[in-house]
Amino acid sequence: MRQSNTYILLYSAAITVVCGGLLAFAAISLKDKQDENIALEAKKNILSSVMTLNDDINVAEVYDKKVKAFVIDFEGNVKEGVTPEQVVIASEYKKAPKDRLLPVYEFRNESDPSKVDYAVLPVYGYGLWNYIWGYVAVKSDFNTIQGVTFAAPGETPGLGKRVEDAEIMDRYKEKTVFENGTLVSVTMQKGEGKDYSSDKHKVDGMSSATLTAKGVNNMLADYLACYEKYLKKNSAQGTALN
Amino acid sequence: MAETAVVADVVEIKKSEPWLSKKNKKLITNPLDIDNPVTVQILGICSSLAVTVQMIPALYMSAGLTIVTACSNLAISAMRDTIPSRIRIIVQLAVVSLWVILVDQLFKAYAFEVSKQLSVFTGLIITNCIVMGRLEAYAMANKPWPSFLDGIGNGLGYSIILISLAFVRELFGSGSLFGYKVFENLGIKYTGNGLLLLPAGACILIGIIIWIQRTLNGHREAH
Repeated sequence: MRQSNTYILLYSAAITVVCGGLLAFAAISLKDKQDENIALEAKKNILSSVMTLNDDINVAEVYDKKVKAFVIDFEGNVKEGVTPEQVVIASEYKKAPKDRLLPVYEFRNESDPSKVDYAVLPVYGYGLWNYIWGYVAVKSDFNTIQGVTFAAPGETPGLGKRVEDAEIMDRYKEKTVFENGTLVSVTMQKGEGKDYSSDKHKVDGMSSATLTAKGVNNMLADYLACYEKYLKKNSAQGTALN
Repeated sequence: MAETAVVADVVEIKKSEPWLSKKNKKLITNPLDIDNPVTVQILGICSSLAVTVQMIPALYMSAGLTIVTACSNLAISAMRDTIPSRIRIIVQLAVVSLWVILVDQLFKAYAFEVSKQLSVFTGLIITNCIVMGRLEAYAMANKPWPSFLDGIGNGLGYSIILISLAFVRELFGSGSLFGYKVFENLGIKYTGNGLLLLPAGACILIGIIIWIQRTLNGHREAH
């Protein structure tokens, strides 16, 4: 049967409206639940960059108890009137580094709340295929990395996406971002299987994922530079930079 | 005249097929073995290599694909007489995408961890050859109920392969099942086989499954 062009046009219009309507309905009714998951995921990532999370841990509770979050500018000064929840890192990333709003999540010392045990800094960048992001946690010397978490949902599973594996992220532990007071960041090397334990600024690479590793390196260098003044200011008050 | 017409109607109803007739049951059982979409028709290989490192994502992916295939088959079959033949592929694609996005949204709301692991692969169900293949080959020419069963059958056929692969890969690749460390808890020291965790390992496993299946079914390559 050969239908008229009018029929075909009307048919396509009807299909579009019905499918679009159903999808819009689903997206709106599920949005709250999805946003909740995303917020919880962010808290979980912040916590897991500092500590190992068990399955039975109540992420929201621990987060509220331990973390003090605020926003700073490029100069390392606290920005009043903005909360980290309001800052969308993805859109800040598109601004020039000097104009970015930079959230900081500090783990305060339980006995002396004026002391910072760890500072967790969000980082954002571009991998091989899509945006990548994560958190870098530094210790109270504001130099040694306590841990990192990365998210790379757009990278190739089994290759670049491995950057999300605990095994890869653990390689960043105990590395330092400063060398004699100069920011040098931590770079992932090409190739895999070499021992970089003696080098404070290099980590072993991911085989077949050199371009994702480059993205990760750029992301760290770019964002750590944004936080450089904050890190230096704080470390000057406490332990000296090595 | 009127009476005979009524009688004829009744007879017709009696003759109509039971819901799970022999023919309909075959729609479900055939794709599990002799007409399996993965090992016989060699469709949907990409995702069966990608999401079978662990059992849980494999189960969710299986459920997702089965739902999408069955519901798309049902919808397209119900619409089949109205679909203009010149734009039928686009219409099929719209229906498939609708179901896939719904499944993806549901995963994001209620199975967030799994949706992260499945990443792009839930969305890629849209391009899974099994779904479009069943629509073109079956749903466009058959009634809604058999089409729905055909979708379920093919979804299960895909699932059975996915789950078998995930079982072997997780057990011998990481020494665990559903994240439970099997060998460690049995007190056996086991070093995971890294090859099984790579897509190449899955490809070899699929080859082995096809080999076993063909030997059992006495398959001969057509010349």
